[in-house]
Amino acid sequence: MTDTTANAHFFQKEEHHEHHGADHKPGFFARWFLSTNHKDIGTLYLIFAITAGIIGGGISGLMRAELAHPGIQYLPMWAHFFGAPAGNDAALHFWNVMVTAHGLIMVFFMVMPAMIGGFGNWFVPIMIGAPDMAFPRMNNVSFWLIVPAFTLLLGSLFVSGGTGNGAGTGWTLYAPLSTSGSAGPSVDMAILALHLAGASSILGAVNFITTIFNMRAPGMTLHKMPLFAWSVLVTAFLLLLALPVLAAAITMLLTDRNFGTTFFDASGGGDPILYQHLFWFFGHPEVYIMILPGFGMVSHIISTFSKKPIFGYLGMAYAMVAIGVVGFVVWAHHMYTTGLDVNTKMYFTAATMVIAVPTGIKIFSWIATMWGGSISFKTPMVWAMGFIFMFTVGGVTGVVLANGGIDNYFQDTYYVVAHFHYVLSLGAVFSLFAGFYYWFPKMSGKMYNEFLGQAHFWVFFAGVNLLFFPMHFLGAQGMPRRYPDYPNAFAKWNAVASHGYEVMTIGMAIFFVNIIWSLIAGKKAPANPWGEGATTLEWTLSSPPPYHQFETLPIIDAEDLHGRDRRPPDRV
Amino acid sequence: MAGAKNHDYHILPPSPWPLLCAFSALVLASGFIMYLHAVPYGELVGPLGFAMLLFCMGSWWADVIKEAHAGDHTPVVQLHLRYGMILFIASEVMFFVGWFWAFFDASLFPKAVDVVGGVWPPKGLTPINPFAFPLLNTMILLCSGTTVTWAHHALIHGDRKGLKQGLWCTIALGLLFSSIQAYEYIHAPFAFKGNIFGATFFMATGFHGFHVIVGTIFLAVCQYRAYKGDFTPRQHFGFEAAAWYWHFVDVVWLFLFLSIYVWGGWGATYAA
Repeated sequence: MTDTTANAHFFQKEEHHEHHGADHKPGFFARWFLSTNHKDIGTLYLIFAITAGIIGGGISGLMRAELAHPGIQYLPMWAHFFGAPAGNDAALHFWNVMVTAHGLIMVFFMVMPAMIGGFGNWFVPIMIGAPDMAFPRMNNVSFWLIVPAFTLLLGSLFVSGGTGNGAGTGWTLYAPLSTSGSAGPSVDMAILALHLAGASSILGAVNFITTIFNMRAPGMTLHKMPLFAWSVLVTAFLLLLALPVLAAAITMLLTDRNFGTTFFDASGGGDPILYQHLFWFFGHPEVYIMILPGFGMVSHIISTFSKKPIFGYLGMAYAMVAIGVVGFVVWAHHMYTTGLDVNTKMYFTAATMVIAVPTGIKIFSWIATMWGGSISFKTPMVWAMGFIFMFTVGGVTGVVLANGGIDNYFQDTYYVVAHFHYVLSLGAVFSLFAGFYYWFPKMSGKMYNEFLGQAHFWVFFAGVNLLFFPMHFLGAQGMPRRYPDYPNAFAKWNAVASHGYEVMTIGMAIFFVNIIWSLIAGKKAPANPWGEGATTLEWTLSSPPPYHQFETLPIIDAEDLHGRDRRPPDRV
Repeated sequence: MAGAKNHDYHILPPSPWPLLCAFSALVLASGFIMYLHAVPYGELVGPLGFAMLLFCMGSWWADVIKEAHAGDHTPVVQLHLRYGMILFIASEVMFFVGWFWAFFDASLFPKAVDVVGGVWPPKGLTPINPFAFPLLNTMILLCSGTTVTWAHHALIHGDRKGLKQGLWCTIALGLLFSSIQAYEYIHAPFAFKGNIFGATFFMATGFHGFHVIVGTIFLAVCQYRAYKGDFTPRQHFGFEAAAWYWHFVDVVWLFLFLSIYVWGGWGATYAA
């Protein structure tokens, strides 16, 4: 990784005085509710994301319980619990509500807050040698806006969504199901929840871009910046340019629903497919928003535990830029079966496959980083290696699905569900756990339990593969998404998948035991628990870092760029 | 020095406004949904939330101005503010991209349904004559772009009187534009509901109109500050941000005028 620390020297040794003036903290309420401190706001984001993850993961547990056997098992009971009107339709509608809530919660309230809000807030300023974010107060409104957004989304479960209670539109909110198909306030609440979450993310994106462009420590050029900061920079641009288009699209939904416009109503000259274009113009960059920060984290972890600088640093940085740019022009591969003409499908197939090139650069560079390295298989490293393996599986099925012709058969089957859970639940989430274990000592000042961390990884790894790999078979056999029931022919692999969920739950239990145990009884973490491989600036600070770090900015030397000296020999 | 700040960045004390803004947004959104679904008191809760939001934003920005006067806005912090404003405007541009996308989807591929008839502008629909009030409005906005530049140059050269005159002209032209748009909306020969022409026209120009109003308020705040004696020839980012925003609103209008009014109404019989 960027070898900034080894040669970062300070005007004065910060470590000697960090527990005096720099560590003065405000009182409890001011510190946690009125915060202007990037580390505290990052902590709030992580707590929020874990909470939302428990809720979103719990919903998927309900779904796996229902799908464990053919036939309808529990749906009417659950729908009744949420106050839905009696009847089969309302019960079946509740299935759609769970699908919708699971998707929206995991995307907007778990992965994004954890990746960008949590780790981005905690470590981007530190890694670039900055004392805080550029707009510390706006940082806090980014966090607090997702709380009312989540409140609205959870509230939508308890009010009418037309057929029954809750918004049953899927996370994509496709018209006309989300317009004329869903009377009642539920979908309006979900739409405004997305407006608020979107505003939060746009403000966050402005903050990160400004911070990264203007607050890098003296001597840290963009080409010396750690890859995690690069990944958040690219992500922030995607957020900035993609989310406003979603805002426009869901505003059109709102006016179609409530004020009689006909954007997506064919009888008024509108076009339901327009919604899909607008949504996926946002939605495809959104999937890179969810994975790019993970790429950044994994790069640091692979480099740290291989005790080698990352292979092909600049290639890794610009591969992310390329993924971000090309990610804006592939959106219609989500819409192959909407009647696109053949030439359009050919373009979107080709453009989508192009993304495999920069992604391949990243995968091979991670492997090349490990090659010949002195690897220590600590918990963060096994999660990062698990990420590379699982994300590659998801990437390979992605190349399959990129084909407009093949997608005719796979659209809306479990093959797609398997694909995006491999890149997200096993890609993004593995990178989140990798980052969590990597930085937990830095954030909390306590070491996690290595045995529990390893156990968490292996149980979770077995569980999620049992859970999601059979979905490839189910999809290839034609089982459609978003149904609570299926023919007996699909019973076996569905049963396996549901047992996989149970195994995964045990893994999560180990995770929570580990956090609680470590916070209470964990060993005190040293400033750098990972040794010579950990070279970014956060490891020069104490664990946890002082309340305000870098009150004297670190100076980044020109030599030893990414582990190599690039100056001409006569100037060494 | 232990714990002494040794850099030019702005480290802020805790602030209540972000939390209160977020809570106000929840009240506003809840009230809006209550109003949409005829829940009692929705028409009170929504405006209450809006008022709370305005109060919190006003208090927040008042703090920013106080900090600027206290000297917290060092050159690098001013650069942050510039980046922030430019990036915010970039996101606004993408918001309008969404509305233009809807317009071009409908107009380049007019649907063969009764209300459109497979042609654009839709069969039997009378668009607004772009060379009447809309052209006048184009001139008004372009003119306001020059008056805000006049105010800016006056400010840079220490001419406080010119600053105020230029701002008064800009604000007046902004209000005139909004008034003419309101008149046009009231007398529009087509409906908002039931046809895609009205939907794209009113939502795209409506959101533009909303931005004009916000920009006018922004300029009015600058005028208030000018009378209070704020802004120096060297440091006046609040004014510059308002001017940038105003130019952005102006450029959006040019695209709206050319594509929706002129091209989107081309070939039809205009209203008298």
